Amino acid sequence: MTAAHDAASIWAILGSVMDPEVPVLSVVELGIVRDVTVDERGAVTVSVTPTYSGCPAMQIIERDIVTALASGGWRDARVRTVYSPAWTTDWIGDDARRKLKEFGIAPPPLPGSAVSDAELVPLRRRSPLVTCPYCGSDHTTVRSEFGTTACKAVMFCDRCHQPFELFKAF
Amino acid sequence: MDDATRAALVQYLLRCGDDRLVLGHRLSEWCGHAPILEEDIALANLALDLIGHATLLLKLAGETEGAGRDEDALAYLREAIDFRNILMAELPKGDFAFTIMRQFLFSVASLYQLEALVRSTHAELRSIATKALKETRYHVRHAGEWALKLGDGTEESHARAQAALDALWRFAGEMFLMDEADERLVRAGIAPDLAPLEPKWRAQVTDVIERATLSVPASGYMQRGGRVGRHTEHLGHMLSEMQILQRSYPGAIW
Repeated sequence: MTAAHDAASIWAILGSVMDPEVPVLSVVELGIVRDVTVDERGAVTVSVTPTYSGCPAMQIIERDIVTALASGGWRDARVRTVYSPAWTTDWIGDDARRKLKEFGIAPPPLPGSAVSDAELVPLRRRSPLVTCPYCGSDHTTVRSEFGTTACKAVMFCDRCHQPFELFKAF
Repeated sequence: MDDATRAALVQYLLRCGDDRLVLGHRLSEWCGHAPILEEDIALANLALDLIGHATLLLKLAGETEGAGRDEDALAYLREAIDFRNILMAELPKGDFAFTIMRQFLFSVASLYQLEALVRSTHAELRSIATKALKETRYHVRHAGEWALKLGDGTEESHARAQAALDALWRFAGEMFLMDEADERLVRAGIAPDLAPLEPKWRAQVTDVIERATLSVPASGYMQRGGRVGRHTEHLGHMLSEMQILQRSYPGAIW
């Protein structure tokens, strides 16, 4: 087998490892798998970057990756944590954004679409346009920028009166 | 890297790491006790970020020191006298206004420090700072918006916010203190000079305090000592709780 073939088969396995906190997205779709290498003895190194510095799911993700690769025949696998370049929601692709929305989580505002806050502490927040994943209304407000996980904010839809989560731009 | 620079870097990383570990632990004390559910979750999130930053900084401190101590050994097996955090971080959590005002004063200073560290000549420190900086912007906004709400809120929230600010002010200056270790790192391009950051911090903090209809306390005597291990009595009590599991069951994991 060629090295390219090996790498492709590993990426395919990683595509089946779901994020424990956002279970509709794989670790590949989330953009946290940065690199895969296989040495001449067949030892695999997967480079993973955390979404947030204190992400408590990292250990579970590491374990899930090693377990999935082992059942795919890659018994000598390890996960390397890398911090640079820092993860950004810009690495979440279109297909993954659609899956988030279907799951009831508003996808992160697109790069460049977020209204940047010129002031560090604005008196009135000019929120980027966030669409309610349930009714599609733009009349939504931020309840808290800190949600059930570090990567999500708590939103409220003023039209259908449904609270929902937003994958915040980061 | 020569030995003196290495020793200075270990000190610097302990100082930065301990600030975040101790403050993060204080924030975690709000879990289940915050005034509203959203804030309970927010404060726990902030705690997680800060403890995450501390983990990275203390890990690097242990590796730089080369004495076989990892981030857990540094967090759980040191005595109060060996901690290098600023005194402001270890003060009891107080009421919600106190916690918010402390977060605000600290987060703004941290933001400017991290912005400068992104240009450090030390590659690992640079990547930690790049990551932490993104999170810290959210911290500043969270605390700043609450500062505005509390200061310009009810009579009681205003009074509590002002009392918190008055109590904290004499501790804030320690964030910008520098000694020979810091100066050595500034010369090596590893750590930023804190002197120019202080007026920047003061301007930003003053702007929010005034918009919050609060008054900037008069500058006077400044408390110090944390950076060299002279702490208030509060740190020992906090550590006894934070460290009890590793002290009672050494090496316990979960």
